[in-house]
Amino acid sequence: MEMSEHTQPRPTPPAAPQLPKKPFAWERLAVTVLMIGGLVWSGVETQVNVGQFVANFGQFTQILAEMCRPDWSYVSYVVAPLIETIKMAVIGTAIGAGIAFPYAFLVSRNVVTNRFVTGLFRFILNIIRTIPDLLLAALFVAVVGIGPVAGIITLAIFTFGMVGKLFFEAVETIDEGPIEALRAAGANQWEIVRYAVVPQVMGFFVSYTLYAFEINVRASTVLGYVGAGGIGVFLQQNLGQFRYDRVSLMVLVIFAVVLVIDYVSSKTREALL
Amino acid sequence: MELSETHKLPARTHTGAWRRWVAGGLLVAVVLWAFTGMPALAIKPNAQRIGGAIIAGIFHPDWSYVYTGDGEDLVSTLLQTVAIAFAGTFISAIVSLPFAFWAARGKHKFWLVSRSGKFLLTAIRTFPEIVLALMFIKAVGPSAFAGVLAVGFHSVGMLAKLFSEAIENLDNGAGEAVTAAGGTHLDTTMLATIPQLLPEFVSNTLYRFELAIRSASILGIVGAGGVGTPLIFAISSRAWSRVGIILLGIVIMVTLVDFISGTVRKRLV
Repeated sequence: MEMSEHTQPRPTPPAAPQLPKKPFAWERLAVTVLMIGGLVWSGVETQVNVGQFVANFGQFTQILAEMCRPDWSYVSYVVAPLIETIKMAVIGTAIGAGIAFPYAFLVSRNVVTNRFVTGLFRFILNIIRTIPDLLLAALFVAVVGIGPVAGIITLAIFTFGMVGKLFFEAVETIDEGPIEALRAAGANQWEIVRYAVVPQVMGFFVSYTLYAFEINVRASTVLGYVGAGGIGVFLQQNLGQFRYDRVSLMVLVIFAVVLVIDYVSSKTREALL
Repeated sequence: MELSETHKLPARTHTGAWRRWVAGGLLVAVVLWAFTGMPALAIKPNAQRIGGAIIAGIFHPDWSYVYTGDGEDLVSTLLQTVAIAFAGTFISAIVSLPFAFWAARGKHKFWLVSRSGKFLLTAIRTFPEIVLALMFIKAVGPSAFAGVLAVGFHSVGMLAKLFSEAIENLDNGAGEAVTAAGGTHLDTTMLATIPQLLPEFVSNTLYRFELAIRSASILGIVGAGGVGTPLIFAISSRAWSRVGIILLGIVIMVTLVDFISGTVRKRLV
């Protein structure tokens, strides 16, 4: 601009078409600063020491080398606890999903119109979802004793939190038309849920429950670490004895089971829907 | 078409109905099988007393433990948990990138390449985090750093999978437009690929961070830092009011992180 050369400023010409300004430039900068600051802070807080990690990397590779020679003879010992693990996951999923089903209707605002009721039960659901599964398991081992029962209760609560959350969100997004139609025809609350809501959301429920089951099978394999039954008990023993050949065998077996369960679960989903 | 037919309700389709019955029946059978051989809720006789003590402890938390200033208190260990999750997720977000491109379909000539990448990521996801933490503890000692490494390694399995799905869903239109306007390969990457992927990457990373917070509070059980260590000590020494305050702290921390992360993720989409 040559504005300064003129004593009388000219009337500014109409602004030329410009590219639209990028929004949130400041925000982006703030986020970047925050991220870098967070990285530095978390590094200091956790005493990240890359040099130590590199220096002791031999230790790590030694464990890995031991793990590359799994102790195949241990398979026969693993089968029984593995079946117990799967049973735990099945029972836990069934109980948790069974409770989550009615509970989800209780917290859906299009089924229960009382905001106080939905708010209170949602609050309970959210709190349950925040506690990590292994900590719950440790608590229940203290309450009901060492064994699969503690694991089943943990998995049931975990399933309840997860399926309950996903399922009530599905219930809240259903088509309101059938509800209105039934209400207009004089149906009561129960009939509305049975004939207008449930048929719309049953597919979601099956899908979420199977998904929860897949996660539970993975989770149940470590619950034994705190004494909550299943293969995790053996995992803990062998880790304590530094038998990494057996640990790696168990990891391989768990991996195989998880692959099979995922496959079966996806086939079941296809068959049911 | 005859008139009488049009006034009938359409017949319900029964195709596949038998499959549903068979699958449903099998499902019930599996659940029944699972109950066989289970100890019939063999609960310790004093379970009720302990349960009551825990609930009483949760309602009478040990407030003095919140902050003592010796670095072993609730606030310090919670901050350490957040730090483990943050550093671990940050590392894994960077490490995930090459794995994501490896596992993404449509980027390679041979299907085996992306399939092998996906398989590896599933294997990483299945490897129990606790076992990983113990392996890293052998390498760097029982410290929060071992927790960072465990979270960082384990998260790659899930993050790279989510990233690879984002890459697969990439819209080619923007890239083609840049090429048509005379852009170089670098221009395509900078102006079309990265702007499309970045929001997804950030959103997935934040989601993983929410899960990492939960992992980081568990890893203390094996000595990899964070709030799990004082919790497991409090449980084994039956200090229920301390268990109560720690649980309260975890609930507040997880809720806060979920809220902040969720708000940011909503703005991104």
